[in-house]
Amino acid sequence: MRPDQKAIVQWVPQGARVLDLGCGDGALLRALWQEREAPGYGVEIEDKEVLACVANDVNVLQVDLESGLSLFADGSFDCVILSETLQTIHRTEFLLREMLRVGREGIVSFPNFGHWSARLQIALGRMPVSEALPYQWYETPNVHHCTIADFEDLCRRIGIRIRERLVLHEGKPVTLLPNLLGSLAVYRCTNGSKP
Amino acid sequence: MNAPHDPSSVGAATAQKAHFSAPLRLRGGAELPGFDLAYETYGTLNAAKSNAVLVCHALNASHHVAGYYEKEKDNIGWWDNLVGPGKPLDTNRFFVIGSNYIGSCFGSTGPASINPATGKPWGADFPVVTVEDWVEAQRLLADHLGIERFAAVIGGSLGAMQALQWTLSYPERIRHSIVIAAAAKLTPQNIAFNEVARQAIMTDPDFHGGHYYDKGVVPVRGLRIARMIGHITYISGEAMSEKFGRLLRRGQPGFDFDVDFEVESYLRYQGDKFSTYFDANTYLRITKALDYFDPAADYGGDLTKALARAKAAFLVVSFKSDWRFTPARSREMVKALLDNRRIVSYLELDAPGGHDAFLLEDARYHAALRSYFANIEL
Repeated sequence: MRPDQKAIVQWVPQGARVLDLGCGDGALLRALWQEREAPGYGVEIEDKEVLACVANDVNVLQVDLESGLSLFADGSFDCVILSETLQTIHRTEFLLREMLRVGREGIVSFPNFGHWSARLQIALGRMPVSEALPYQWYETPNVHHCTIADFEDLCRRIGIRIRERLVLHEGKPVTLLPNLLGSLAVYRCTNGSKP
Repeated sequence: MNAPHDPSSVGAATAQKAHFSAPLRLRGGAELPGFDLAYETYGTLNAAKSNAVLVCHALNASHHVAGYYEKEKDNIGWWDNLVGPGKPLDTNRFFVIGSNYIGSCFGSTGPASINPATGKPWGADFPVVTVEDWVEAQRLLADHLGIERFAAVIGGSLGAMQALQWTLSYPERIRHSIVIAAAAKLTPQNIAFNEVARQAIMTDPDFHGGHYYDKGVVPVRGLRIARMIGHITYISGEAMSEKFGRLLRRGQPGFDFDVDFEVESYLRYQGDKFSTYFDANTYLRITKALDYFDPAADYGGDLTKALARAKAAFLVVSFKSDWRFTPARSREMVKALLDNRRIVSYLELDAPGGHDAFLLEDARYHAALRSYFANIEL
């Protein structure tokens, strides 16, 4: 499992109902079931990943996140997870709102574009390629990169309340200058209006 | 002939018939005074009787799901690509039952059977049957075979409606429901296609109000047209373009009304073939069964409420090129199941075959079914 997924497993309460958006092969959902007895569903669009979910005995729904979460009723999940998927979404704001409509809590992780290696590569005139950003510019599925500061700005602007933040680099927590030294950010958030 | 044995085939199949002598009260109010139900089985029922899978068929198919008949070696079961030793629905592991339905013309009691009250074929007097009635008949078959609980019930199209209805009629008796290329109710457009088919049959002068058996005629023209319109809706426009294009049979336009385009030839062929083996009265009834199926109707149209009593785990599969039963119809079912917090997976495959894609061998589709069945505990 990826380091952000390990962190997510720790954050999900025992027995919580979870929805994993862009769930890939279902590894996180499987771990959540095994370690937290948290039942859930994954949403995934790629055939290959959907088939892997079925093989992994994970509930998967092959629908497009860009069209929203209309399959899911308001507040039907304890926890909605968007793990390293945010940067691939066109309608970012819309999906974040949808996420907190169907879930009491959201967990979002993304590669931090503010990490020094990305900054350095840009400074040297190149698009960043790294372990956290493993694609060449012409083949990347990512469309909306952001930094830790950018994401927190957006949350403030659209009324999402950040409850907890974990910044990682090579699987280890980063507390000093996180937007510069962290390559991966994980957030736990709720609707600002909720207590 | 001694063809080399195909190890992935169930081999020679034997059609069987179960007779039920107790009267069966139908949803429409009529009563069948006992009936026969035709079926086939493949594989072996295990000691715990936990490995039974019921396969429900769609409009024009039958209980002959897999294998061939000893006397008719080219009569291959309609879902032979799915069912067999080592196939996605593996008969080494599962005991598979192909069940026919009442009202059919393939061995179960239907309009061509003798009405015990008159000693003549039922014809038009055979009652209109519904998906609920078919499930009830299959339940009697399950009792007859000593199966308390199916590991799974699977079907495509009208067969999928039965797989869904099983979870509502007998929630305790089905562990998994596999619902492919289906809808929880037909749209008016779908009903319209069915009505055209019925009108084609009923206005054929050889129909005789449904009592044509003893007149030595068959409403062939009506059946042909009914089948043609069906076929147009089962395949996607894209698949039709790819298969036929605007190819001219005679190389150039004939400026007459013989077959010009390849697609005309195809439809005529399909219509002719169908009219030789399918019964018109049966066709009328199965299209009605399709039209009437609407489990939400008793709940003010609320499918979520209607599916609340289902207990099974579901696999729902749709195909993007299916314009007869579109993915949106499948998503309605998925949503209702999610609202009820049921276990459900949903696949929306970008397969080209149209509604008929459920019968075809798409690698992703079959891989998914293979994995799904492999994960069913026995």
